[in-house]
Amino acid sequence: MSLTNEEVKKIAHLARLRVNEDDLPTYAGNLSGILALVEQMNNVDTQGIVPMAHPQDASQRLRDDVVSENDQRERFQAIAPQTEAGLYLVPKVIE
Amino acid sequence: MHNKTIAEISAGLKAGKFSSEELTQDLLARIDRIDGKLNSFVTVTAEQAQAAARAADERIKANKATPLTGVPIAHKDIFCTEGVKTSCGSKMLDNFIAPYNATVVERMHAAGAVMLGKTNMDEFAMGSSNETSFYGAVKNPWDLERVPGGSSGGSAAAIAARLVPGATGTDTGGSIRQPAALCGVTGLKPTYGRVSRYGMIAFASSLDQGGPFARTAEDCALLLNAMSGFDGRDSTSIDKPVPDYTATLKDSIAGLKIGLPKEYFSEGLDAGMAQAVEQAIDVYKSMGCEIKEISLPNTHLSVPAYYVVAPAECSSNLSRFDGVRYGYRCENPSDLTDLYERSRGEGFGSEVKRRIMIGTYALSAGYYDAYYLKAQQIRRLISDDFTQAFADVDVIMGPTSPTTAFKLGEKTDDPVSMYLSDIYTIAANLAGLPGMSIPAGFSNGLPVGLQLIGNYFDEGGLLAAAHQYQQQTDWHTHTPQGFA
Repeated sequence: MSLTNEEVKKIAHLARLRVNEDDLPTYAGNLSGILALVEQMNNVDTQGIVPMAHPQDASQRLRDDVVSENDQRERFQAIAPQTEAGLYLVPKVIE
Repeated sequence: MHNKTIAEISAGLKAGKFSSEELTQDLLARIDRIDGKLNSFVTVTAEQAQAAARAADERIKANKATPLTGVPIAHKDIFCTEGVKTSCGSKMLDNFIAPYNATVVERMHAAGAVMLGKTNMDEFAMGSSNETSFYGAVKNPWDLERVPGGSSGGSAAAIAARLVPGATGTDTGGSIRQPAALCGVTGLKPTYGRVSRYGMIAFASSLDQGGPFARTAEDCALLLNAMSGFDGRDSTSIDKPVPDYTATLKDSIAGLKIGLPKEYFSEGLDAGMAQAVEQAIDVYKSMGCEIKEISLPNTHLSVPAYYVVAPAECSSNLSRFDGVRYGYRCENPSDLTDLYERSRGEGFGSEVKRRIMIGTYALSAGYYDAYYLKAQQIRRLISDDFTQAFADVDVIMGPTSPTTAFKLGEKTDDPVSMYLSDIYTIAANLAGLPGMSIPAGFSNGLPVGLQLIGNYFDEGGLLAAAHQYQQQTDWHTHTPQGFA
């Protein structure tokens, strides 16, 4: 699988990553190389093999439905780039 | 004083031969004097360390000490440390002061260990050479023109240079074992679920596992005792009692069945490495171990499967870095998409971006079955290879990495060749098994690592095998020139 510059641009947008136009060919080359490595998997017949999601096939633990976290808004917002009145600020979304 | 192991420090503190404050001062001064050459620390927490050392000395006097009380350590900069910068080697988190402690940090602190600082690492633990760090590459103390390995290269280099006797690391595809091998120190990646991932910045959640670095297996046992155990705050933590890993170090290994996977000794393995590993195996033979050739036939598929699973999980985990709640935010975003795209585009380095893009692609509509599902099936095959092997043998041994430390810049333009330096370590992560790397000699003056892979939760068995090898050999005591 060889990726074009246009495809890389699309993937970068899906991942919300700005990539400079000048860097697209390098990324396209590198990513195509990685996909070629990954595609060695296609030489193996895996029909009927159960996918392994957890090394010990353990399932997600459940906990009691009780409050376990305190409100630490001020503490967590102290490290935010921009906040106001307990809210995170971002550029205007709705005109 | 800087040449003492953790066990020696612990005994010396207890006997009142020196204080933790003296030792801490000594090591802080040494870091100050020497680390400019290595770049192994991102942050040195001198003031906190001195305060912690004084508290430890009080605790020792009050007879309330644990074996780690007053022992200086360092944490990889991937572990959240309350009130201290936790950068994960990235510009994205260069301004991030963690608001809480990782469980590992909390447990080491509770044991009385004294944190000297945070060690350098590949950005978000993505790399095998420590060259992807925003703070610049770490240099290998054995040859300053060579890499220390990665991603926990700062921890490994700091221990090799005698800046600190023990440190934490994390291992997603070999990030403890490979730098331990390249720097000539001892490192252990525990069974997946043994050590809590809470507060350890996530890269690939189904593979990530924290573990200790030190100069000896005995020291790793002391560190692992403090780090391990169930944690309700990590949803994949395993609720299983933690044995005292120091209690079984001397258990006889006569009759231990050691499997040598033929796939780990094939093409691509440096001749000097192969020779050193074979000599290490001879030492085990002389200790009465039984050697058996085994096969892990799907080994060649581990790197391909890993480069789907790890990027897929990383693309999901790293979506949290959005320039809104913490971390880097770009200047003057024009709208919300611009804020996301530029904050992430400017905040992440190119290796992280590559992996996020591979993961995004592999998980995008129409490709899931061909990539992620296929990789999880391959993962099962790799895990089954180990299950079969462990029906016949107790421990698997081989080289940790195909070559000794390579030159800085040698592989930076070719991601795939960099990825292949983890060819012997990745399979244990995919299967979730514990593994170690111990110093086993030199090839052209550079350290060689012997890898030990054990069955689930057999960290005690690995540590005993490693400890007894270290009683027969002195490779782990060699010090790089200029750092004695």
